[in-house]
Amino acid sequence: MTERFRLASGGTAIERAQPLSFSFDGKRLTGLAGDTLASALLANGVRLVGRSFKYHRPRGIFTAGPEEPNALVGLRRGARHEPNTRATMVELYDGLECESQNRWPSLRFDLLGFNDKLSPLFPAGFYYKTFMWPPRGWMTYEHYIRRAAGLGTAPVDLDPDRYDHRSAHCDVLVMGGGPAGLMAALAAARAGARVILCDERAELGGSLLRENRMVGEEPGAVWVRGLAEELGTLSNLRILTRTTAFGLFDHGMAGLIERVTDHLPAPPEHAPRQRRWNVRAKQIVLATGAIERPLIFAGNDRPGVMLASAARAYVHQYGVRPGSRAVVFANNDAGYRTAADLAAVGITVAAVVESRIVDAPAGSSQLEGIPVLSGHAVVSTYGRSGLSAVDVAPLGEGSAVRRIECDLLAVSGGLSPTVHLHCHAGGKLAWDEARLCFVPSTGRATVRSVGAAAGFFGLGSCLTEGVRAGAEAAAAAGFTNAAAAVTPPTVIDAPVRPPQALWAVPARAGRGGKRFVDIQDDVTVEDVGLAAREGYVSVEHLKRYTTLGMGTDQGKTANVNGLALLAQLRGDAIPAVGTTTFRPPYTPVTIGALGGREIGLHFMPIRRTPMHHWHGPHGGLMIETGLWMRPRCYVRAGETPDQAVRREAAHIRNAVGLVDVSTLGKIDVQGPDATEFLQRAYANAWANLPVGKARYGIMLREDGMVFDDGTTSRIADDRYFMTTTTANAAAVLMHLEYLLQIVWPELRVQVTSETDQWAAMALAGPRARTVLARVAEGLDVSDASLPFMGVREGSIAGVPARIFRISFSGELAYEINTPADHGLALWEALLAAGVGEDIIPYGLEAMGVLRIEKGHVAGPELNGRTTAEDLGLGRLVSVKKPDFIGKHLRERSGLKETGRLRLVGLVPADGASKLRPGAQIVAEATPTPPGKSLGHITSTAHSPTLGHSVALALVSGGAARKGETLYAAYFLENGETVPVRVVDPVFVDPEGKRLHG
Amino acid sequence: MMLIECPWCGPRGHVEFTYAGDATIKRPAADAGEAAFADYVYLRDNRRGPHRELWHHTGGCRRFVEVQRNTLTHEIAATSAPGAGASRRDPSDRSTA
Repeated sequence: MTERFRLASGGTAIERAQPLSFSFDGKRLTGLAGDTLASALLANGVRLVGRSFKYHRPRGIFTAGPEEPNALVGLRRGARHEPNTRATMVELYDGLECESQNRWPSLRFDLLGFNDKLSPLFPAGFYYKTFMWPPRGWMTYEHYIRRAAGLGTAPVDLDPDRYDHRSAHCDVLVMGGGPAGLMAALAAARAGARVILCDERAELGGSLLRENRMVGEEPGAVWVRGLAEELGTLSNLRILTRTTAFGLFDHGMAGLIERVTDHLPAPPEHAPRQRRWNVRAKQIVLATGAIERPLIFAGNDRPGVMLASAARAYVHQYGVRPGSRAVVFANNDAGYRTAADLAAVGITVAAVVESRIVDAPAGSSQLEGIPVLSGHAVVSTYGRSGLSAVDVAPLGEGSAVRRIECDLLAVSGGLSPTVHLHCHAGGKLAWDEARLCFVPSTGRATVRSVGAAAGFFGLGSCLTEGVRAGAEAAAAAGFTNAAAAVTPPTVIDAPVRPPQALWAVPARAGRGGKRFVDIQDDVTVEDVGLAAREGYVSVEHLKRYTTLGMGTDQGKTANVNGLALLAQLRGDAIPAVGTTTFRPPYTPVTIGALGGREIGLHFMPIRRTPMHHWHGPHGGLMIETGLWMRPRCYVRAGETPDQAVRREAAHIRNAVGLVDVSTLGKIDVQGPDATEFLQRAYANAWANLPVGKARYGIMLREDGMVFDDGTTSRIADDRYFMTTTTANAAAVLMHLEYLLQIVWPELRVQVTSETDQWAAMALAGPRARTVLARVAEGLDVSDASLPFMGVREGSIAGVPARIFRISFSGELAYEINTPADHGLALWEALLAAGVGEDIIPYGLEAMGVLRIEKGHVAGPELNGRTTAEDLGLGRLVSVKKPDFIGKHLRERSGLKETGRLRLVGLVPADGASKLRPGAQIVAEATPTPPGKSLGHITSTAHSPTLGHSVALALVSGGAARKGETLYAAYFLENGETVPVRVVDPVFVDPEGKRLHG
Repeated sequence: MMLIECPWCGPRGHVEFTYAGDATIKRPAADAGEAAFADYVYLRDNRRGPHRELWHHTGGCRRFVEVQRNTLTHEIAATSAPGAGASRRDPSDRSTA
């Protein structure tokens, strides 16, 4: 197929010597280097490119820019497939493959097109109203509704591309490389500021590449290329093309997406597909231009209806005829410019339909011979899959309708400044009644809107205002250089007559045809009216009820028209209606670019203990616990993990084992007031702890709930070594820092995390002392010398170590810490020393089994809602201390109620059934949900000592229920209900004989 | 993405910090009674406008920084060591240390 609609000459962007081949829905087509996918499709005469979201109506290319609502295609294949890509923003490359969306079985013959015929049944809110009943039905309906109404399909394969993040700082960030932005960047850079200039297109120039304008003696496109070249020589100016500023955040932070290789078939090796820039700028110039609004009339969505600015862009930038016979319809002077430009390249302009009653501007020879119908409007369009004719009638009733054949209808409803980024930064808008648009009003002092983005649409004012804004921004950032001041070229803007407020051409009696306000979301004038009648008169409600302004384009061409119509219906002024909130991103951003390299293994840091690399080769089944990797158990040949856990737990009760506990939080507490600090931070007493002794500590929150527990040892008079649970290590440290810096700054204490500096391992079991004595090198580890809760420092197996005789398992046990670098050596030395005693390594789960058998609380019980009393730890809390964190609010009467959930042990009444964590405890043998819950099981284990399941539970009434039979109901397993007996939470060795062994 | 001037480290992105609440609340004396502690733990003004608050420089020096931030605009008027900012308090800020 030849490019039938390519003009013989012209096109500022295209390289005629570089043909490219591409395919659309499998059909081979050709285009030129510099084309967008949209311009190449138009060059080939492809006008039908998609089906609409709700009614499956045929749709074409509507714009030439980022605001495109219609021409969304699925780009590339396989894992690189990208749905909903705007054809107007895709740079053509050789071999490009794309497909239309939301049609079945094909674009031309779409079976779901019957939605359009049934459209009287699908008004706004239809889904909400119709699919309300039965209450769970929506789950089913939604699946089918989403299939019928939709856009593209996301790829299922892993994204093969890579995305980078980059941070940058600058004095002045200029967003937009059109005439205003270029002059601003030049002026700021000449003043000496470090400037970043970004533009979403491949080439700087903005409207100068799209419009037929002269700058001085030169065509605008030629002049602007010279300027871009000059900018390229400035060392303090960084130019980022193909880069969209998608968000403006606090304190001068801007989010930019640079499409590094999207214009290539695939990224070259090692190159990222896209790069996200986090730019911190002292001053920001918004030169983001303006977006043209469509006009609203019956059939305004047909392929061949196009924004006037887009029609001009296809002619000037891409050398493409968007049609052969055109009608131009406008409420402002842009209509004449468009007609002249189209006529100049040989397109027959059948009429200029002008809604105002004004004369055509004098002086344009191109307009000669073109009929101007002032005070008229387009009232209907014709054509099955593309425009073939329009009906035009005078505005007002009772007049003749005339039909004009055409395949292009260029429409202009006026311009809306692109104020999105201004609003992201908290800026407000003001309605300008003369220019009929929202313009930036108040906002951050560091953010300046300029040119069309500020509502000044003339090229001359863009150039002069751009220079002024750039110089001002540089001066505000501390850079002035009068000698290097920039003089903008003189361009005289022709006087512009005010546009007319024509928000929708009135429907004519006896004529149908949908008048679309939002052509991406298929929202019509009637839908807006219905919403208003039903009370959705807030613009935010209108959006949510009708979907006006949603979707991939977020209503860039639709919103102002929609809210103006709502204002009419409410009888209010437009500013009283206001706009919906503009939120980032300005245009869609690929999730991959937000994630950057922080995916897969880089998603979170991984913390490994010093013995990490030993565990795996020795059967260790590593699991994630928070950021830490820990061995769950060590599986032997022929063993399941469950069997390994039972074996390990039983072994510790009978022989000896070694477990890696390096993940425990470790905090060094030093200073003259360290004892007083612990007195206040912990709930129990610390004043009388001698040097060389450890104590179990219980830390409360100020509201009286238990925060964390652990053992803390006195290393010296003014020095303690605190341990915390693995999960709370960071939170406890920050809590202590808060207490020392904010609550009691007078205390002379320093706290430092030492979690990573120590390797820690627990040697536990009846034979632990025998093993330890073999490597203790002159350290007396007898019970007399190192009793329960004793602490010794010395050398073990040739490495320095701290030995704490503490026990989590309930067995004779030693927790041994050594500087991290010695961890593996000590670990291996202890295992070697224990060979004769049948030592084994044991994992996290066996440790859990042992602690549950002993009724020790851990994470599931320390859930932030339990007091020390609830956990059976009340007797530890000091009654003598005048003050400590949590003292005052733990006394509240509600926390003393006997009905509170308190820690108990549970065993299956039949001595065999399995207990499940999370099961609800109820009084009835056959409970019916929701019913009354008495509590729930927090932790369970198969007790190797007792030979059956045991559980810790929080049950209303707690210990007072000892001996009662209750029921553990687990509704996730068909209401499985197990009779349980309430017992003491310490299942094994309640007298604690073993740990004193 | 706010920029917070740490008095010890200089200007840093707020991702390095952890929000730590109202800087003007003070823990009551030990004998102040349950009601005073309940106020201290549970009652906060949800202020629209100037706010004195603490940020913990978690990914930096681990010091708490007092920040005078406008909750509406996120503008930061001043930062200081905790407590040192009281004299620079915005007169329209009703809170007292």
